[in-house]
Amino acid sequence: MNDAPDRLLPLDDWHVARGARMVPFAGYRMPIQYEGIIAEHRWTRASAGLFDVSHMGQLIVTGAEAEKSLEKLLPADLFILKEGRLRYSLLLAPDGGIIDDLMVTRRGGHFYVVVNGATKEGDIADLTERLPRGVVIDHMKEQALLALQGPKAVDVLSRLAPGVEDLGFMTGGAFPLAGANVWISRSGYTGEDGFEISLPGARAAEVAELIAAQPEVRPIGLGARDSLRLEAGLPLYGHDLDLGTTPVEADLGFAISKRRRADGGFAGWERIIAEIERGPLRRRVGLAVEGRQPVREGAIMVDAEGNEVGKVTSGGFSPCLEAPIAMAYVPAASAEEGREITLAQRGRLFPAKVVKMPFVPHRYYRKGAA
Amino acid sequence: MTVYYTREHEWIRVEGDQAIVGITDFAQGQLGDVVFVELPEAKRQVTKGGEAAVVESVKAASDVYSPVSGEIAEANQALVDDPSLANSDPEGEGWFFRLRLSDPGELEGLMDAAAYKTFCDSQ
Repeated sequence: MNDAPDRLLPLDDWHVARGARMVPFAGYRMPIQYEGIIAEHRWTRASAGLFDVSHMGQLIVTGAEAEKSLEKLLPADLFILKEGRLRYSLLLAPDGGIIDDLMVTRRGGHFYVVVNGATKEGDIADLTERLPRGVVIDHMKEQALLALQGPKAVDVLSRLAPGVEDLGFMTGGAFPLAGANVWISRSGYTGEDGFEISLPGARAAEVAELIAAQPEVRPIGLGARDSLRLEAGLPLYGHDLDLGTTPVEADLGFAISKRRRADGGFAGWERIIAEIERGPLRRRVGLAVEGRQPVREGAIMVDAEGNEVGKVTSGGFSPCLEAPIAMAYVPAASAEEGREITLAQRGRLFPAKVVKMPFVPHRYYRKGAA
Repeated sequence: MTVYYTREHEWIRVEGDQAIVGITDFAQGQLGDVVFVELPEAKRQVTKGGEAAVVESVKAASDVYSPVSGEIAEANQALVDDPSLANSDPEGEGWFFRLRLSDPGELEGLMDAAAYKTFCDSQ
């Protein structure tokens, strides 16, 4: 472990003043919970939760060659990505391993890329090395990032920044909010409708205070962020995704656009296309675990002889289902829905069943949808 | 009736040759929402400082150690059925198990309420 002190984010004082329990995370001091993970989780699903995710890396990628060169590292179709639209994508290693997962937005002649906090320094080093010299990466270190998530997020934010209600899922735009110029996208990491707000760190406390003062809103810590994304079936980098997993194994085939599958030209394409055609050896699946005891990351899947054949990469107790759920990599032959498998944790066996993800239905706001 | 506390944040309330054991309010606050407990079965022998129960919160699993040696007399079935009792009433309805002390001398060296409070304040 390193002994470097945790860095402080713009809202550090604000979290402490609101009674958050602060913990080290991704090199920063961050709020794990306020009133309690289950209460915060349920509040987000019922109303609106405000998350501080300012540890995440916010990058601007510019240059005449930005689109073409990013397409060599990401499997997204950036050519057809319209202004103000965002995509979930993956930064891929030459062998198809996942360096990071990210959101990429086309915005005013550049790409705005949001990467994970724990991996941002490595991502920047990798991008700097693999992108041509004419493509410039600007790390917006002074920028904060908030997320407002839940069924009432739109009521709250349209009151403070009129017009956001017209954004469809995975689109964004610039808005004035509490006197600050902010970038708001309709996106998030909970499975709920909601928004992510990129704003100058110097204005973060003022904006957070205004949003949190709305009656529908409570601040939510990282603990509930994790249980919410698990219920939503969304993978977490460093746990469910890493350099040793490919997008196909991770069941993220949706992130590989049709044109890119056909034409290739991105890192790892050969392996990825072979896995798409022949099927991967293992696959990320959702598991419903029997009983009440959570089966967590690090537990293994065993065969009838007790051999390790798979592993749990995220697991916990679902506050909405009131039952233990998990994500695991299992052999392709065991990956179909309804398959019963056995997990082992601390010398004990747990029956589990492969189930469809998300565990709790997504409620994104798609324009034109009924 | 005397209550003692351990550095691992268990409490033990002595009633004659038996005692009731649970986790402290400080412990439940640190753990957060408790979603599962595994309690020892009756007649099991436990040793001072040895693993006796498991408590799982949303975030993590933790062992609960027996503050003293003895034989388990009874586990709290109400806590198994509703693990959130460990949060809402940790030093009452949320008790973990009752045991028969094999060596009451082991109680010496445990903290009293005042010493435990000082200990928690230093954590």
